[in-house]
Amino acid sequence: MSVPVSAPVAERSWQRFSPGLRLARFAFYLCTVAAFAVSLRTIEIIPEFLYDAPEQMADLFGRMWPPDANYLGPTLAALVETLHIATLGTLLALAMAVPVGLLAARNLTPSLPLNLLAKFVFVTSRSVNSLVWALLFVAVFGPGPLAGTLAIAFRSIGFTGKLFAEALEESSPGSIEALTAAGAGRLSTLVFGYWPQVKPAFWSIALFRWDINIRESAVLGLVGAGGIGVALDTALNLLYWDQVAVVLAAIFSVVVLAEIVVTLVRNRVL
Amino acid sequence: MSAARTAFRPNWPARLGWLLLALYVVYAGSTLGFVPERFATGLDHGRRFLARMFPPNFSRWELIQSGILESIQIAVIATVVGIVIALPVGFLAARNLMPPYVTWPTRGLIALCRSFHPIIVAILFVKAIGFGALAGVMALIVASVGFIAKLFAEAIEEISLKQVEAVRATGAGFLSVLVMGVVPQVLPRFIGFATYQLDSNLRNSTMVGIVGGGGIGATLFTAYQRFDFDVVLAILIVIVAMIMAAEIVSGWARRVFQ
Repeated sequence: MSVPVSAPVAERSWQRFSPGLRLARFAFYLCTVAAFAVSLRTIEIIPEFLYDAPEQMADLFGRMWPPDANYLGPTLAALVETLHIATLGTLLALAMAVPVGLLAARNLTPSLPLNLLAKFVFVTSRSVNSLVWALLFVAVFGPGPLAGTLAIAFRSIGFTGKLFAEALEESSPGSIEALTAAGAGRLSTLVFGYWPQVKPAFWSIALFRWDINIRESAVLGLVGAGGIGVALDTALNLLYWDQVAVVLAAIFSVVVLAEIVVTLVRNRVL
Repeated sequence: MSAARTAFRPNWPARLGWLLLALYVVYAGSTLGFVPERFATGLDHGRRFLARMFPPNFSRWELIQSGILESIQIAVIATVVGIVIALPVGFLAARNLMPPYVTWPTRGLIALCRSFHPIIVAILFVKAIGFGALAGVMALIVASVGFIAKLFAEAIEEISLKQVEAVRATGAGFLSVLVMGVVPQVLPRFIGFATYQLDSNLRNSTMVGIVGGGGIGATLFTAYQRFDFDVVLAILIVIVAMIMAAEIVSGWARRVFQ
C-alpha cells in the first residue's frame, strides 16, 4: 500500500487575474468590438467615391509636381510667423500655467476647492481643440497672428499646467522644510525651494509643448489665425496644388527640424 | 576681513537668458503687430461675442446629435484600424527585435505619419476620396499609426529580454515568442496608448469636418460662419461633455488593465 507523497495537483489551477478583473477585461474587449461593429455599420460612406481614389491621388500628386518655386518667398515669411506664434504661444501658456499649476499642486495649496478650480481650468483648456480656440479668438480679435498666439496659449495651459503641478507635487519636502526652518517666506520657499527642484521638468515640459505647438500652429491659418496655414488655405482655395506642395514641404521640414532641436537641447541641457 | 556670504549668489547667465527671452517676446510681438489698441478693441468685440453666445441654443439638437454620432464613429473606426496597422509597424520599428535595415525605413514612415497635423492629412484625403466621413477616418488612421507605432516601438525596446529568451529556449517560433514573450510585457502600456489615442482621435474627429472630413466639425464651422454663436456654444458644450465622458471611460479601461 503506497502512501501518496503529495496531494494530487490536478485540481489545483492558477489564474493570473481575479474573476472580477477577467470579467472587466472581457467586457472591455466586448465593448470595443461592439463599438467598432456598430460604427462600421452605421457610418455613412459613399462607396462610389472610392472607385476613383487611386486616380484622384495620382492626379493630386501630378498637379503638385513640379512645386512652384516662386511661392517659396511668401511661404518662408509665413513660416517665420508660424514659429513666432508657436513660441510666443508657448511662453504665454507657461506664464498662465505657472500660477494655475501652483493652485493645483496639493502640497502647495492645501485647499480642495482651489485645487478643483485649477483642475477645471486645465480640463477646459485641453478639451477645446486649438482650432476651436482659434475660431473664438478670430471672432474676438479679428483674423491674424494675435488670435493664433492666444489660441495656442489657451490650448497649452491644460497640458503644461497639469504636468507642472505634478512635478511640484513630486518635489521632495526636505529642502523646503530647511528653508521654512530658516525663516523663509512663501515666495522665498517657492523661488529657492521648489523652483530648483522642478526646473528640469519645467523646461522639458516647455520644450515638449513647443514641439507640439509648431505642428498645431501650422493649421491655425485655415480658420484665419495667421501663420503658414493662411498660405496653405490660399493655395488650396485657388487650387494651386504646386503651391500647396511647397507649403507642405515647408511644414514637414520645420516639424522635423523642431524635433531635432528639441532632442538636441534635451540631451545637452537637461 | 570676511567676505559677505550670500546663500544664493545671483546667477548671471540665467538672468541673461531671461533678459534675452524678454527681448525675444518684445521683438516677436512687434513683428506680429501686437499693439495695445488691438487688445482694447478686441475686448469690446469679445463682450459682444460672449453676449451673442449666451444662452446656448440647442434647438438644432438633431443636427448636433447626428454630427456628434458621426464624430464618434470616425474616432472609433480610426482608432481600431489604426491600432491594427500600428501593431506590426511598431514591431518592425523596435530595434531590439529587428535588424537596422528594417527599423530605419519603418521609423521614417512613422515620422512621416506624425509630422503632419491630422487636419492637413484630412485635406489631402478629401481631395483624394471626396467629402465625407471616410476622408476623416483615413486622416485619423494616419495620425493613429504614427502615434501608436512610435510609442509601441519604444515600449517594446524597454522590455526585459529574459522572458523572450526563456520562451525562445522552449523552442518557440517567432510568432509564439511575440505572443508569449513580448505582448504580455507591453499590454498594459499598450492599452494606455490606445485609450489615449481614442481620446485624441475624438478631439480631432470633431475638427476634421472644418475641411470636409465629416463629423460635427462641419456643423460647427457652418454655424460659426453664419454667426449663429449660440449654436456654436451649444455644440462646444456637447463636444466638451463627450470628451470628458470619454476620458472617464478610458481612465476606467486603464485601471482594469493595470
